[in-house]
Amino acid sequence: MSTFASQFTKQAQRMTRDLRHRRLIRTALRNYEVVRDQRRAAFQDWPAARQAAAETKWEAINHLDRHLVEFADQLAARGTKVHWASTGTQARDIILGIVREKKARSIIKSKAMTSEEIHLNEALEQAGFEVVESDLGEFIVQLRHEPPYHIVFPAMHLTRGEISELFARELKSAPTNEPEELTMIARRVLRKKYITADIGITGANFAVAETGMISITENEGNARLTAALPKVMISLLGIEKILPRLEDLALFLPMLAVSGTGQPLTCYNTLYGGPRQPGEADGPEEFHVVLLDNRRTELLADAEQRDALHCIRCGACLNVCPIFRNVGGYTYGTTYSGPIGSVITPHLRGLQDWKHLSAASSLCGACTETCPVKIDLHHHLLQNRRNAARQKPSFFERLAHRAFAVIANRPALWSIGKKLGRLAQPLQRLIQGTVLDPARAWTKTRDLPPLAKESFKDWWRKRS
Amino acid sequence: MTITLFIPCFVDALFPRAGISVVQILERLGHKVVCPEEIACCGQPAFNSGYWDESRAVAVNVLARLKDAETVVIVSGSCGAMVKKFYPQLFANTPQAELAKQVSARIWEFSDFLVTQLGVTDLGARFPAKVTFHDGCHGLRELGIKKQPRALLAKVRDLQLVEMSEAETCCGFGGTFAAKFPAISTAMGEVKCASAIETGADYIVSNDLSCLMHQQGLLNRQGSKLKTIHLAEVLAQQ
Repeated sequence: MSTFASQFTKQAQRMTRDLRHRRLIRTALRNYEVVRDQRRAAFQDWPAARQAAAETKWEAINHLDRHLVEFADQLAARGTKVHWASTGTQARDIILGIVREKKARSIIKSKAMTSEEIHLNEALEQAGFEVVESDLGEFIVQLRHEPPYHIVFPAMHLTRGEISELFARELKSAPTNEPEELTMIARRVLRKKYITADIGITGANFAVAETGMISITENEGNARLTAALPKVMISLLGIEKILPRLEDLALFLPMLAVSGTGQPLTCYNTLYGGPRQPGEADGPEEFHVVLLDNRRTELLADAEQRDALHCIRCGACLNVCPIFRNVGGYTYGTTYSGPIGSVITPHLRGLQDWKHLSAASSLCGACTETCPVKIDLHHHLLQNRRNAARQKPSFFERLAHRAFAVIANRPALWSIGKKLGRLAQPLQRLIQGTVLDPARAWTKTRDLPPLAKESFKDWWRKRS
Repeated sequence: MTITLFIPCFVDALFPRAGISVVQILERLGHKVVCPEEIACCGQPAFNSGYWDESRAVAVNVLARLKDAETVVIVSGSCGAMVKKFYPQLFANTPQAELAKQVSARIWEFSDFLVTQLGVTDLGARFPAKVTFHDGCHGLRELGIKKQPRALLAKVRDLQLVEMSEAETCCGFGGTFAAKFPAISTAMGEVKCASAIETGADYIVSNDLSCLMHQQGLLNRQGSKLKTIHLAEVLAQQ
């Protein structure tokens, strides 16, 4: 077992025992489900909308080469510097290079999972720069020195009380249980940071090829301030963010909002197409767009699972996943958790190290059912399992399946197997749940049903 | 018509009464039931674990035995999904590809067969109890079976169906998953069982015994009086 796998198992055992955490997450996500369903119902035809979205992303991803060049050319035409990064290291070096060149001291950031993926904050801080997260949830987890718990709700594992304590400790604010007051405490700190920051770093929700613009979706206005106030703006995005046409946003913006948070639309949706143009009153003097591959092209080369690049990072699959709901976001140990994380992490970070995430699924398919762009998530988990076993089979597991095939295909052996089982079961009962019990993984928490005295086939044979 | 019955391995060994009930119901409706003894398992455990060659070793036997069967009825949504949905993938680009597609087209999960194929919902059953229904994920999401078992239960006399809030939430069985990740599987099962208990039902009914085996195993440990029962056993009660 890889270290990552044993950490996952250990953490899962710990988290499933934490009933308070399980209740907290379940309550939060149940509320989400209620509003999400209301918003979906407001669509004239939700299944048709999903189909249209899936087809648009299919077109975008299957012609990524053309769309990316179009996107970059359009941006460059308005004076944006476009950078191409094959790896996380390259992306970090590009951004560090810009920050150093500008002799920046302070950096303000809006939410970007891609920056988590390449550990940008650590790199910037190690190089001596101050980085402040401006999204409230991200601001909170940054104060706790934690990564985001969930790709859309970074601090959903914390209660108001815990946030109040954190603010009191770190920001010396007076304790409060009012969400508005907590928001105001963060705002007072952040407003100063926007003004003093030399550089603003953002992610992107969509990259519109036709017009060369990035689209950012948010609820707090923090991304707008991050983009508008500092002199230099840097946007870091994965190459899969492409949408072919501007009009595609008419579908994707509400779809992202409904699936992500259960809102009809998020409060702010902004398009950025370049640095401040002559005659314009605001906007950054310099605009850099960093396009990140980081093994996405390997996923692109896999025809079977290419649709995983359709993902718009709405988090809907995490929200409905019974595994996620019981083990929580940190157990995965990945930037992208939940079903989509289990599907793509083996591609992004190595199959053998991360195959356990594909095994840790009951294959219930709730993720696939909810995905707004119709990624075949739970079947991709099956494919990852197959690929992992093909590449590096487990000796014992393969032997067990081979032996089972021999027995299952021969009625006489199958019959003997049942008889032996009936003889062994009373003995197993004596050691049930102890370390000696070969069925301990099951019997530690569950009874095993008794083997029937007369099996169906015994009955059938007697009857005919 | 002649119906070929596919009794999955664990139904044969652990829950014969479900299989017997299916035979009784189909015979009462005037059909001839045959059951090839040479079939034990559909090959799903190996398939789901990623061992597709080993899965094919089991599944190829199933295909050979079902080659001439006109109509196959299987007593499990999960094993039904394996044959109907996954065999065509498992046998793609093999000599059995065509046969896998044919068998896939001729196999029915039990409740789907009664309602969709035979158009029967009232089997004259009586079951005086309050029940809640568990949708097994494979039956629900791979085969799209949701209304069929409810249409059948609606016609059972003296039966009261109360839906649980987590009816469509996975109970955490998931085949080998239950043994590979017992802590997660158990936590999921606890959520499911709590939701079922909340309804005040006497029974959890399902068309998937593998899920019920897991739920009953947990309920017993919790000391709960709630029982699990296969849909066919409910429908066979007169």
